[in-house]
Amino acid sequence: MKFEKKDILGIKDLSIDEINLILETAESFLEISTRKIKKVPTLRGKAIINLFYEASTRTRTSFEIAGKRLSADTINISASTSSVVKGETLIDTARNLEAMNPDVIVLRHSAAGAPQLLASLVKQSIINAGDGAHEHPSQALLDMMTIKEHKGKISGLKVAIVGDIGHSRVARSNIYGLSSMGAHVVLAGPAMMLPRDIEQMGVKVFSRIEDAIADADVVMMLRIQLERQKQNIFPSLREYAQHYCLNRKNIKLAAKDVIVMHPGPINRGVEISPDIADDPSYSVILDQVNKGVAVRMALLYLLIGGNE
Amino acid sequence: MSKNKNTKIVMDKDGIDRCLTRIAYEILEKNKGMQNLVLVGIRTGGVYLAERLQKKISDIERDKIPLGILDVTLYRDDISVSNKKSRMGGTKINFSLDDKIVVLVDDVLFTGRTIRAAMDALIDFGRPKMIQLAVLIDRGHRELPIRADFIGKNLPSSLWEAVRVDLVEKNGVDEVVIEEGI
Repeated sequence: MKFEKKDILGIKDLSIDEINLILETAESFLEISTRKIKKVPTLRGKAIINLFYEASTRTRTSFEIAGKRLSADTINISASTSSVVKGETLIDTARNLEAMNPDVIVLRHSAAGAPQLLASLVKQSIINAGDGAHEHPSQALLDMMTIKEHKGKISGLKVAIVGDIGHSRVARSNIYGLSSMGAHVVLAGPAMMLPRDIEQMGVKVFSRIEDAIADADVVMMLRIQLERQKQNIFPSLREYAQHYCLNRKNIKLAAKDVIVMHPGPINRGVEISPDIADDPSYSVILDQVNKGVAVRMALLYLLIGGNE
Repeated sequence: MSKNKNTKIVMDKDGIDRCLTRIAYEILEKNKGMQNLVLVGIRTGGVYLAERLQKKISDIERDKIPLGILDVTLYRDDISVSNKKSRMGGTKINFSLDDKIVVLVDDVLFTGRTIRAAMDALIDFGRPKMIQLAVLIDRGHRELPIRADFIGKNLPSSLWEAVRVDLVEKNGVDEVVIEEGI
């Protein structure tokens, strides 16, 4: 099948066929990162701008490495060291970048919908690298790829997503993606961190972690986003950890061969205990990072590979 | 396969098998045995032919010759909108190519662009001592200075014709067909 999309704005816009094509393409890219010379010439002469208005280690580095492994030129702009501090608006910044003729703009922004806005304004392909609490499609794709590799399938699995659901674009993208791929998604978190109408996304919601992770094949823990807690929505990190930390004890409730995932960065001892995060018999956290490069290579290749 | 177009079968099952047997002996003769010799099939047709050559050479020499698989999609200079989104199969070369004699295997040698891409890809994997090329059909019309070392059949063709190699492994039948008017 052909991949017709101009932009990757969210998992919600992707069909099952498109998700499968991205995952299969990514699987064939995995091998490149194991070579001695980790580079293929496919995107030679193409330019990718990573425009990041929010802090990032994994996603930005992953997009940069993905671009470089395909021989594209990658340019990183972070808001704190750009003209954004002089007051330039997103639209003006984008128009100016457009004038320099890149092929893809990878955008991370704190405002939900910023990538959609950009995509409607500029002719280049836009990849959403996280917009507010809306979507983070490449993260959900790499999560699906990791699950598929460890479980052999996605359909029919029970996936528990636990933590700060309300602030989490990772959760939202994964709910769209995993549900459409046939997984059974359940959520858990304190009431204050659960959006009121989240059940409308077709998921089951629990207030106790124990109920959500019972017999789960996959447990996905979310980071408590301290930087987004404007008002104190829970009394203390310690109290949160007492109720929602994934640890040696409650993990026993999950399926025997459960895998534990986390989009990073980890707050050790808050949402996940260090001995679980570091235990290779449960944790696939670093494997997720590894898959991330392949998924982003696939996205770049499918969007801008080849000649028009 | 499709009989509705103007097609002509130019090689049948036995013909293909005899060509491959001869090529297997020629490879061994030219390289004086299979020491340091490896086969690399180019996806997709070349892979099946390379597997058959692997079996023939291994039978003759009573030792298994290594076989790798190369997907050259990412090295092509002519990926277009029409074919770039086809599913890739991935590359599998689980051995070092350093100082090896690599025999690239493909079904049809045409413009030479696939082979150019394949050589670029191989060199990213190491430094082979030598790269040789085995093809079932050489149909001419080269656009690059490339030639094959081992050829099953020279098949002069016009640019308006398509040469198709059907193999049991992918199409359920072994034959080489010329189709007119593409």
